[in-house]
Amino acid sequence: MWRSTIGKKTIVAVTGAILLGYLVLHMAGNLNSLFGPGGAEPRVDWYASWLREFGEPLLPYESVVWMVRAVLLTAVVVHIIGVVQLSARNRAARPAHFPARKIGRSWESRLMMLSGLLLLAFIVFHILQFTTLTIDVTPLEHGAVYANLYNAFQEWYFVAIYVVALVFLGLHLRHAIWSLAQTLGLDSPERNRGIRYGATGLTVLLVVGFALVPVLFWTGVLAAPDEESATAMINSLKGRA
Amino acid sequence: MNFKLEIWRQFESGQDGAFETFEVSGIDPEASFLEMLDQLNERLSHEKRRTVAFDSDCREGICGSCSLVIDGNPHGPRQVTSCQTYMRDFIDGATIKVEPYRSTTLPVIRDLVTDRSALDRVIEAGGYISTTTGPQPDPNAMLVAPDVQEEVMDAAICIGCGACVAACPNGAAMLFTGAKVTHLNLLPQGQPERESRAISMVNQMDEEGFGGCTNYGECARVCPQEISLDVIGMLNREYRKATVKKKPKAPPKMLTQ
Amino acid sequence: MKLHAKIPDGPIEHKWRTWLDAHKLVGPRNRAGKNVIVIGTGLAGGAAAATLGAHGFKVKSFCFQDSPRRAHSIAAQGGINATKDFANEGDSTRRLFADTIKGGDFRSREANVWRLAELSENIIDQAVAQGVPFNREYGGQLATRSFGGVLVQRTFYSRGQTGQQLLLGAYQALEHQVAAGNVSVHSRHEMLDIVIVDGEARGVIVRDLVTGEIERHAAEAVVLASGGYTNVYYLSTNAMGSNVTATWRAHRHGALMANPCFTQIHPTCIPQSGEYQSKLTLMSESLRNDGRIWVPRKSGDDRRPADIPEPERLYFLEERYPAFGNLAPRDIASRAAKVVCDEGLGVGGTGRGVYLDFRDAIEQHGREVIQDRYQNLFEMYERITGENPYETPMMIYPAPHYAMGGLWVDYELQTTIPGLFAIGEANFSDHGANRLGASALMQALADGYFIAPHTVTNHMAAKRGEVSTSDSAFDAAQDDVESHIAALVDVGGSRSAQEFHREMGNVMLDKCGMARNAEGLNEALCKVREIKDEFWRDLRVDPGVEELNQSLEYANRVSDFLEMGELLCHDALRREESCGGHFREEYETEDGEALRDDENFAKVTAWQYQGEKGDPIPHDEQLDFEEVKLATRSYK
Repeated sequence: MWRSTIGKKTIVAVTGAILLGYLVLHMAGNLNSLFGPGGAEPRVDWYASWLREFGEPLLPYESVVWMVRAVLLTAVVVHIIGVVQLSARNRAARPAHFPARKIGRSWESRLMMLSGLLLLAFIVFHILQFTTLTIDVTPLEHGAVYANLYNAFQEWYFVAIYVVALVFLGLHLRHAIWSLAQTLGLDSPERNRGIRYGATGLTVLLVVGFALVPVLFWTGVLAAPDEESATAMINSLKGRA
Repeated sequence: MNFKLEIWRQFESGQDGAFETFEVSGIDPEASFLEMLDQLNERLSHEKRRTVAFDSDCREGICGSCSLVIDGNPHGPRQVTSCQTYMRDFIDGATIKVEPYRSTTLPVIRDLVTDRSALDRVIEAGGYISTTTGPQPDPNAMLVAPDVQEEVMDAAICIGCGACVAACPNGAAMLFTGAKVTHLNLLPQGQPERESRAISMVNQMDEEGFGGCTNYGECARVCPQEISLDVIGMLNREYRKATVKKKPKAPPKMLTQ
Repeated sequence: MKLHAKIPDGPIEHKWRTWLDAHKLVGPRNRAGKNVIVIGTGLAGGAAAATLGAHGFKVKSFCFQDSPRRAHSIAAQGGINATKDFANEGDSTRRLFADTIKGGDFRSREANVWRLAELSENIIDQAVAQGVPFNREYGGQLATRSFGGVLVQRTFYSRGQTGQQLLLGAYQALEHQVAAGNVSVHSRHEMLDIVIVDGEARGVIVRDLVTGEIERHAAEAVVLASGGYTNVYYLSTNAMGSNVTATWRAHRHGALMANPCFTQIHPTCIPQSGEYQSKLTLMSESLRNDGRIWVPRKSGDDRRPADIPEPERLYFLEERYPAFGNLAPRDIASRAAKVVCDEGLGVGGTGRGVYLDFRDAIEQHGREVIQDRYQNLFEMYERITGENPYETPMMIYPAPHYAMGGLWVDYELQTTIPGLFAIGEANFSDHGANRLGASALMQALADGYFIAPHTVTNHMAAKRGEVSTSDSAFDAAQDDVESHIAALVDVGGSRSAQEFHREMGNVMLDKCGMARNAEGLNEALCKVREIKDEFWRDLRVDPGVEELNQSLEYANRVSDFLEMGELLCHDALRREESCGGHFREEYETEDGEALRDDENFAKVTAWQYQGEKGDPIPHDEQLDFEEVKLATRSYK
């Protein structure tokens, strides 16, 4: 399957679908922050620790998170290798003097490589900021998700980076979702309109859902975290480790 | 009508070419694009200059020979074959750029003539129903519902001109191959070879060096037969199902009767 | 020369079976050692090559196009006849046979036509098994329709692209055999000569049109399926590349050319619009099922057609031929259109056009029904002319379309040169003096799938010595070809071949087209000779013969058309009668209908080449009509 063009495309589509599925969950999880700072513990902090404890006591602490991470990493790597190989093949099939004229293809389809690359860069940045807490321009504390978000998104440039990245995510997804249906052969003449609308709808849903978090923090709709509860939370985590 | 033509001149395969500019005047708006080129060639003959080579045969849009790229559009601006593109579709005095198909798999032979034998080899790989001449079952023994017949026919009308390949930024032949797979795989007669056909034809596409589909949709936008992108979905589906379903391999060569 | 048609004895129903039962075979193990050459990849050539390949012979298939799928059979629109009688109308082999004999104005061979009718059913079975998507009824059964005035619904069709679908079926069968290793396809190769060794056709000389290389190919048999010569008229419904070269070069080597004056002018084509027009486009004859043909009664009436009231319209076919009306056979409908245009009643810019009006049909059946029947034809018309046939009547005019004449062949489709076969439109065929609609596809496929493979096998079964391409006959043929090419390049004039072709076509259409007379034909003979002399004085061909050189290809074909044109005039002059597509103005009834002369001309005229300067010699094959009584064709 990997050797043939269509097979490789299928794999790219499947890995894309995995990433897409993750995005949906991730977005839904993010919405936990909309519950605000809460009382003792912000809901999103609770959610984060719930994720880590998922599967306990059957599975060790954080194991599900790591499994998901492994799957995602593999998917991203396979997705990228597939795309790079396919596009090398496509370039080889197109000789010099190929007319510059575009015949009505959508601009998001033309920007797939660019939007993909930017997304990759963004993902690295995003992990360095909120997962490894390496980019600590604003104060970051392990486990204090709500506080971390609040602090980061008080800076206009972080909000801008996230919103721009989401715009590219939207561009990438709108072509990707319908492409995925086409490549997996899920399309059919009766279903195609629905697939097109569905692709746009899902894209809008994801982009808006993700954008809510930075935008609402920045505009102050979501209140500042309760200092004490955050500290208590951190301590309890430390105690556990 | 008068036009300025920028025509790609290339002496032979493998060499590089360049655009050469010609002026034509007194063109009948009802003349087809190819008739306008005929007129240019007659004049070049009088001037003892080398005529412009281009493919054409039936000149009624069905044989698929003509294969110009006019102002960047395979065939021409109106989603019909070059031979059915008329000068009335252009603005008097316009500069028109005429090029051959640009695809590594369809190399230029001379000027505007390209070698499209790769498409024949894709058909050769499995674009047929393996039957030989002889007594056949009653044609009504296997009924075909008219809507299936319509869907089949919508794909079967492909003229094999290769404009889809020329339009595709990836130089893919998915629309061409998808049309043939859709035609044969939907018919009851095509069922026994359904899987092997999809796999062999896709493998041959790869061997020829055609690119992959990234769903730009340009192929369908230039197809003079208006073949739908649906055939590409069909091809993907057939290929995926075929790779999953383990079928005994087809014999490498069909034995004679 | 005595022409022996080799028709088997016995009742007509059993002749082909009798022949099949007795013909010689080649054992499966010996077939791979036998080479066959097939020239042309249309319905006849593609089908024959695929079938012979499947039998296990080594087949070399040649076409001048860049792919075998482009042969001009692809442009046939209407349909293909077969006596399946799915409509339960009592159709039968005998009926199709009789229709074809009568439609051909009693100038075809009964035994051949019977075989054609008999095999018609098998073609449908074969095509469906190959995946040809014929139109279907609601319940999934094959649909049929009546075509060209036939009283039964025996025409199978795939929308308006029947020729395309049947050709793709044959092409795919051919590619299947290429994959199997039995057939090699040589596209962009043009046959320029046949090679005769010990009186038998044993090979061909071809030119690789890309490299210009002259190649030699040896074989046990050569099959010509190179189509008709209608481009002798320049403007025709044929493809730009359709040519007479293969058959003409065979003719120069002694193969007789039969009935060249039987050419068909198709009534429903889009009229010519400008001087530089390069071809005429046919609109399927099926349009006449619902369209009414008329011209204004008053000459020079330039009102919009919709503004011309009923009494001022001349429905000339309905008036003259009340029984058949707009469905009168092709030759009759064409001539009637010419007559009204000659009288100055024609419409359109050139005055050579008549209306084909769907107004009444749309009123009667509703626009939807008409759209359902003719949508792609209407779209095609609009694409070409820019006019919408739902609103304004179509304009049509007859155009040269098909050549009933061709190389003389016997019952085995073998020419007068042993080992040289001619099939499809290339032979003088089963259509007599006029071909009925939906019969060309039938004949080409019957020849290609079901007849030639057997008769060629029969020929190859005989023992004959090996021939190598280094034989002196190949040397001589190659020398001829090379010197002909050199001569074309060496003229060094200034006019393109297309100019000469156009000039010649005008003469041919004017003097040897829908209506002919002795004076005009003699004049045409002189003029064609003059054009030929001028051609050899002022032709310009791009230099460089060892490369792709389209001007050279064209000039080479025109050089043969110029000679063919002369022969056409000779034949038209000699046939002092009017029949089918051949209408001599001296031989008409009082009311202007064709006057056949069965006493003197119920025969095939086959011409023998006598060198470029000599006049060709005619040989006659008497036609006997035992099954269908000779009768005047009347569609009144």
